[in-house]
Amino acid sequence: MDVPKYLKYSKDHEWANYDDDDGVVVVGITDYAQEKIGDITYVELPEEGDETEKGAGFAEIEHHKGVEEVYAPATGRVFEANASLQEAPDLVNQDPFDEGWLVKIEPTDLSELDDMMSAADYEEYVKGLREDKD
Amino acid sequence: MRYVPHTPEDIQEMLAVIGVKDISELFGTIPEHLQMDRVLDLPEPLPECMLNYRLEELSARNSDSTRIATFTGAGIYNHYVPAAVGQMLLRSEFYTAYTPYQPEVSQGTLQSVFEYQTMIARLLGMEVSNASLYDGSTAVAEAVGMALRIHRNKRPKVLLADSVHPEYRAVARTYLTHPDDTLQAVKMGPDGRLDQADLSAQLSGDVAALIVQSPNFYGLVEDLAALREETAAHGILLVVAFSEALSYAMLQPPGAFDADIVVGEGQSFGMPVSYGGPLLGIMATRKKFVRALPGRLVGKTIDRNGNDAFVVTLATREQHIRREKATSNICTNEGLCALSAALYLTLLGNSGLQKLATVNHHASRYLANQLASIPGVNLPYLETPWFNEFVVELPLPTATVMPRMVESGIVPGVAVERFLPEATHLMLVACTELTSRESIDKYVSLLGKVVA
Repeated sequence: MDVPKYLKYSKDHEWANYDDDDGVVVVGITDYAQEKIGDITYVELPEEGDETEKGAGFAEIEHHKGVEEVYAPATGRVFEANASLQEAPDLVNQDPFDEGWLVKIEPTDLSELDDMMSAADYEEYVKGLREDKD
Repeated sequence: MRYVPHTPEDIQEMLAVIGVKDISELFGTIPEHLQMDRVLDLPEPLPECMLNYRLEELSARNSDSTRIATFTGAGIYNHYVPAAVGQMLLRSEFYTAYTPYQPEVSQGTLQSVFEYQTMIARLLGMEVSNASLYDGSTAVAEAVGMALRIHRNKRPKVLLADSVHPEYRAVARTYLTHPDDTLQAVKMGPDGRLDQADLSAQLSGDVAALIVQSPNFYGLVEDLAALREETAAHGILLVVAFSEALSYAMLQPPGAFDADIVVGEGQSFGMPVSYGGPLLGIMATRKKFVRALPGRLVGKTIDRNGNDAFVVTLATREQHIRREKATSNICTNEGLCALSAALYLTLLGNSGLQKLATVNHHASRYLANQLASIPGVNLPYLETPWFNEFVVELPLPTATVMPRMVESGIVPGVAVERFLPEATHLMLVACTELTSRESIDKYVSLLGKVVA
């Protein structure tokens, strides 16, 4: 399982990365999440300018078994949604941390990301989930 | 499934589990003055043979379209149902109103639904049809919700033409939380169709969709090409409703005008004229809107052995899977009625359906021309294209004329007054392939006498 060091993680398996240059938070789902979900058939994303609220669903990931909600790590406004997912939703499976990103959010309060986990903590967290299963 | 009533012991056991002493406690939340404390005022029970006798006696007091010539339409049309349709429906493999909850074990059912979807999509010129809804009116209501969803609830208004069937409009209102905020009426023009000037005045970026019916409630064919152009300029979805599905065997289908959503009533395809239905709600759309489409879809795929297989697709949008995110609370479909339509369309085929539509149109044209020659009788929209139904304006109130014609064996149409109280002299008249030349001639001479 891939867990890039420079990202922040949520318990719902979203990752977030604050991009200094653009002043936006890039959001996606983790490698663990995409593997659990399996083949992704459709991704429904918000539109540019839509508002997001921390903890509220902003996107939906459809797969063979159902639909998963993706929750926003920050309140703000959608700066950009990943248009390539419209045609190629499986990018989320293949490259969840890079080409499979979901949206870029202009955050109203950057400190909202503070309660997210570090890569090391997230790895521990996922390990715990796996052990619970066993 | 067998009907097994609970024994008194069963009932006691259940009450004990939920901690209730007596069944009446369960009704405690209903205010006492609303609870009835007497037995229902019904006749005494009868032995089976006497009951049959009594029901036959009551039934004989009814009339129906095999005993009296009827020209009623207004959303329900008296078409012939081939005997093979009824015979196929009786097969036990099909005889349920539902698609099963473990659908893939019922490949035959799924195949019939898939074929229904395919034929409906072709008839309407659309890319996708769902597996059906309850009826035309609920389909229109679902189209309102779907249009709002497609625009992600960013456009709060839906324009609803006054020329749409009044019952469809009423049901659409019932579905909405704030109907007066959402629905905006578009007036009817002097030619019986949507008033384009009134439409133009209401077009804006706040409008999610225009809902228009064609042929409309008055039987008239709307100018869909013009409406498409107007709505497209403002990014507004064009929703085309219908109540006479057979008309599209003759008219250009809504898909030819680039409609976004097509909804309507499928009763004409193999379902009898019956008080209370059941009816068939048809809904079709573009592929790109498929995730906003309510109900279910059946798709065709290939199983691991390479054989054709049918599956329920996109069920994730249904409320039994994800209630709060469902596209609608519609979670089922009119399976048996959809099967009727599939059988009916299969039996008639392309050319048969076209011929049938032509017969319908010619019968109504013959009657309309005759009626127009009766002094005092006016056909206000004779210049507007129609299919098999038209409006007649009488010199006397319909309440006076119609009972007198019924007495003589002709049900001359449907009084528009039933839907619009001010329209006391207007009558909707429909012809089908079951309308005989003799009954038309009788109609004309009888009406001539009644209004003279």
